Amino acid sequence: MSDLESLEAEIRTAIDGASDEATLEVVRVAALGKKGSVSERLKGLGAMTPDERKTAGPALNGLRDRITEALAARKIILKEAGLAERLAAEAVDVTLPVRQSPLEGGRVHPVSQVIDELTAIFADLGFSVAEGPDIETDHYNFTALNFPVGHPAREMHDTFFFNPDEQGERLLLRTHTSPVQMRTMQSQTPPIRIIAPGRTYRMDSDQTHTPMFHQVEGLVIDKTSHVGHLKWLLEEFCRAFFEVEKVEMRMRPSFFPFTEPSMEVDIRCKRVGNEVRFGEGDDWLEILGCGMVHPNVIRFAGLDPDEYQGFAFGMGIDRIAMLKYGMPDLRAFFDADHRWLAHYGFRPLDLPTLVGGLSS
Amino acid sequence: MKFTLSWLKEHLDTSASLDAITDGLTRVGLEVEGVEDKAKTLGAFTIAYVVSAVQHPNADRLRVCMVDTGSGDPVQVVCGAPNARAGMKSVFSPPGTYIPGKDITLSVGTIRGVESHGMLCSAAELELSNDHDGIIELPADAPVGVRYADWAGLADPVIDIAITPNRSDCLGVYGVARDLAAAGLGTLKDGAVAPVPGQGPVSTGVTLEFGDTPSLCPAFGLRLVRGVKNGPSPEWLQAKLRAIGLRPINALVDITNYLTFDRGRPLHVFDAAKMQGGLTVRRARDGETLMALDGKTYTLDSSMCVIADDNGVESLAGIMGGEASGCSEATVDVLIESALWEPLNIAQTGRKLGINTDARYRFERGVDPAFMVPGLDLATRLVLELCGGTPSDILVAGDIPEPRLSIAFPISEVKRLVGIDPSEDEIRRVLTALGFTVSGHAPSLTVGVPSWRPDIDGKADLVEEVMRILGVDRVPSTPLPKSEHAGKPAISLGQLRTRRAKRALATRGLVEAVTWSFVAKAVAEAFGGGAPALALANPISTDMTDMRPSLLPGLVLAAQRNADRGISDLALFEVGQIFRGTKPNEQFTAATGVRRNTANVNGSGRHWQSKAPPVSVFDAKADALALLDALGAPVEKFQIIAGGPAWFHPGRSGTIQLGPQNVIGWFGEFHPATLEALDVEGPLVGFELILEAIPAPRARPTRTKPPLDLLPFQPVTRDFAFVVDRSVEVAKIIKAAQSADKVLISTVSVFDLFEGAALGADKKSVAIEVTLRPTQKTLTDGEIEAVAAKIVAQVSKATGAVLRT
Repeated sequence: MSDLESLEAEIRTAIDGASDEATLEVVRVAALGKKGSVSERLKGLGAMTPDERKTAGPALNGLRDRITEALAARKIILKEAGLAERLAAEAVDVTLPVRQSPLEGGRVHPVSQVIDELTAIFADLGFSVAEGPDIETDHYNFTALNFPVGHPAREMHDTFFFNPDEQGERLLLRTHTSPVQMRTMQSQTPPIRIIAPGRTYRMDSDQTHTPMFHQVEGLVIDKTSHVGHLKWLLEEFCRAFFEVEKVEMRMRPSFFPFTEPSMEVDIRCKRVGNEVRFGEGDDWLEILGCGMVHPNVIRFAGLDPDEYQGFAFGMGIDRIAMLKYGMPDLRAFFDADHRWLAHYGFRPLDLPTLVGGLSS
Repeated sequence: MKFTLSWLKEHLDTSASLDAITDGLTRVGLEVEGVEDKAKTLGAFTIAYVVSAVQHPNADRLRVCMVDTGSGDPVQVVCGAPNARAGMKSVFSPPGTYIPGKDITLSVGTIRGVESHGMLCSAAELELSNDHDGIIELPADAPVGVRYADWAGLADPVIDIAITPNRSDCLGVYGVARDLAAAGLGTLKDGAVAPVPGQGPVSTGVTLEFGDTPSLCPAFGLRLVRGVKNGPSPEWLQAKLRAIGLRPINALVDITNYLTFDRGRPLHVFDAAKMQGGLTVRRARDGETLMALDGKTYTLDSSMCVIADDNGVESLAGIMGGEASGCSEATVDVLIESALWEPLNIAQTGRKLGINTDARYRFERGVDPAFMVPGLDLATRLVLELCGGTPSDILVAGDIPEPRLSIAFPISEVKRLVGIDPSEDEIRRVLTALGFTVSGHAPSLTVGVPSWRPDIDGKADLVEEVMRILGVDRVPSTPLPKSEHAGKPAISLGQLRTRRAKRALATRGLVEAVTWSFVAKAVAEAFGGGAPALALANPISTDMTDMRPSLLPGLVLAAQRNADRGISDLALFEVGQIFRGTKPNEQFTAATGVRRNTANVNGSGRHWQSKAPPVSVFDAKADALALLDALGAPVEKFQIIAGGPAWFHPGRSGTIQLGPQNVIGWFGEFHPATLEALDVEGPLVGFELILEAIPAPRARPTRTKPPLDLLPFQPVTRDFAFVVDRSVEVAKIIKAAQSADKVLISTVSVFDLFEGAALGADKKSVAIEVTLRPTQKTLTDGEIEAVAAKIVAQVSKATGAVLRT
């Protein structure tokens, strides 16, 4: 073995033996550094005869190039190994639980969700949302809605009253959202299409009655709307709200002082455990009251009942929420029990839209 | 109102099935609430003969009976009834029968080692009475093997319908029959009553005495029947009354109850022997009392109408008779009263005294005035039939009103309001069948309203009559035309804010509660409310007396209830109405949240990364500001002022405002005294914003956003640490720093706050980072140093701060 061959073998052994980049650098300096073994020999080329240089030059240069290449190759290997080692050392236990995002814990109450659902459905049908005060006058809550003074229908409302003022006028908590009908007719010019969701109050308390509850009122006033339109609208609503293909509805003649004719609406359903399935079964479930706005009410609003006509409907928001989402007890709606709210409440970004389906 | 199928058929000639009738009732607006058909529920119970009854070998109180059920071989039944004995007839139910009174289904059982193949039943087990002392004993001629319900006449279904307040005409079975006949479910039988001739005048005089006050009794009819023999009424009458839940008393009383339900005509009977002098119908005198037929004594006043004689008040008009003059089996001469009363007065009196009777129910809804005298004749006829006696003539005091309402009815109204177009003949047929008189021809009919329909007063009422009898199901579903409003916002700014506030707070991990609009007075007072005008006159409980002035107490109390259930870290919010006065513009919408214990926005309780600290005023402030931002409010324009309302910790609360006149809301830790008053435990923080106080955004002609200028110059940041008095508000330092160069300085943030002895007493160190964002060119070191010097100068001048070196 020539001198150069043994040098190359020696350097290669050192390169292959280098276990990290620092050691490799030492090897590189020892071979190719200013005073390295290869560099020193290259320096010796100057003192050689041309003939000697002719053979020694290419040999030495070749040696230098091969060593450089070997160093580079080894460096890549060592770098990769170093990175792998670092990464291994940096590993953490990703099964450790993270903190819950506020988005996961927040909830919207079913009543708010259902109001948003109602708004989405009715806005699409050209309705806007109206509202009125909770503290009402006897006039708006009863008299203007054609409840004669002393009529038994007033008694059925179990009204909460405030103490009479100096003039003897006694305010009350509205017993239904219907006063919004009159307020809207007085403040808007027909055609009118509104829904009015809100809180209502009656002195009543048991499993299905609470002293405060939510109703939504609907009102259409124009020159053409009749019971047929009302029927269509309620069918559309029930289908959209309960998110079923088909709803079978039954309208029964009934009585409300502020509508004539008046009807109650039942929908066909089947009860399976706490679920109510619509469009099947033999049960009829009453969900709302409705009718053509009474001529006296239209007259009270300052309109001519021979020119203007329309219909109104009202239903319990809590009740339709219970039917759709299966809450068994109305009282729990107002108890603010975190367990109930977390279970029956809706995620903040569950925005009811017609585009995405109300509750999907 | 309840009635039996056979009772209905006394007035309605029909071959319709029970199902057709109940469907028909609901269809015309007489909603069926229930049908009790004992033929169905008791169908399996049969009459049986007890062949033998011997002592049970293993039980003293049981007997082993062999029972002939009519099927041939007697069956063995173990029976515990003390009256079970050989030779008796009773009611038997085979295995597989559902026993309504026990809510069980029988199976073959082994009782103390002896097999039992069925059961002998008590009346209670069949839900016929409360009698469970022994098994039913039947007469010897009861036919073995026959269905018990058929034999006992129980197979007559009882129909229960809900009558809306307008339909007083259907508070009698006859009126119900009329509606069904109009709807095509049979023919109404003639209900006319032939007058019963009297034999001489009534000996008792009647005076209607109301002086100057409005009369409460338009007309009063009276008849005396002498020489009656009162006693239990016949079985047909008792059975009818029992079927609808009434207790038979004696023939005279049963007759009045019968006519109340048969014709909707309440009557009253007095025992003439117990009366003294003539009758006066008048207002009660204040303080007069009456021992009524329910055994209770009522104290009356001058708003109430009574029937009195020389003994005093004998009856509370139209509501309930008096005990003293009531009819008993000893009654020989009976005075029968059939009168008309002011509906409103009856309702008020009944409500005031808390008396609900079938008579009141009908009089306050309005009885048929034209039937006052026929009702009296019908009652007389029944008295003569059941009790014998000699009738007097009828005496009528006052005048029977004869309402003659006639309505012009353009038949096009049916199409206009309902959307169906029935023929003139159809309309005429329906109205006539309901008892209206119809004259004239299309386009407009003249319709006379019958005396029994006080609810009808206009053409819309006639439209309803036509619609309900023809059937609402005939109305075709008609799409509503597209609205002019389509595409415009459906909700107002206030409604939009309410919706957004709910979603925004929920994204911060708060859970929405809906709490009562009313709170206890003490609670209202603790939060600035409790004004007398906002207190309910008739609260349902002492916890719900006053309209809430704030949503905070409801949420704080709810948080405590949850803590009591073991959920101590929780964040609740509500967006809802609060009341500062009774007027509509004094009702506001508050968006309010509370956080309890360690319920931070980024989590609560212990966690391996960090333990959540107790909530502080800054958590409440962060919620409030995040909400304002979500509502699109100009957060940078709001002032945060130290301190808040009295229910907050004075040193750990703040007020958010746009000038002192426009307070938007508050945030803070609760005052310990408030927590004590509400009996709750902290740590508890909360905020409340009044949505109406937030200014509305300026109306803009387009939705274009302002242009964005992306500058190419590198921003520069510089840090400053100032030592200031502890009382100096950091907001002042920030404001002063910003004022150093309003163009260059884009943000000032506080990155460190330190208090310590090294700084000196009552001193603190506040470190801020100022970002300079050049707009024209990259800044030179000299320019940066110049701004920095100005910042130090401004902050020192405004706050007395010293730059920390």
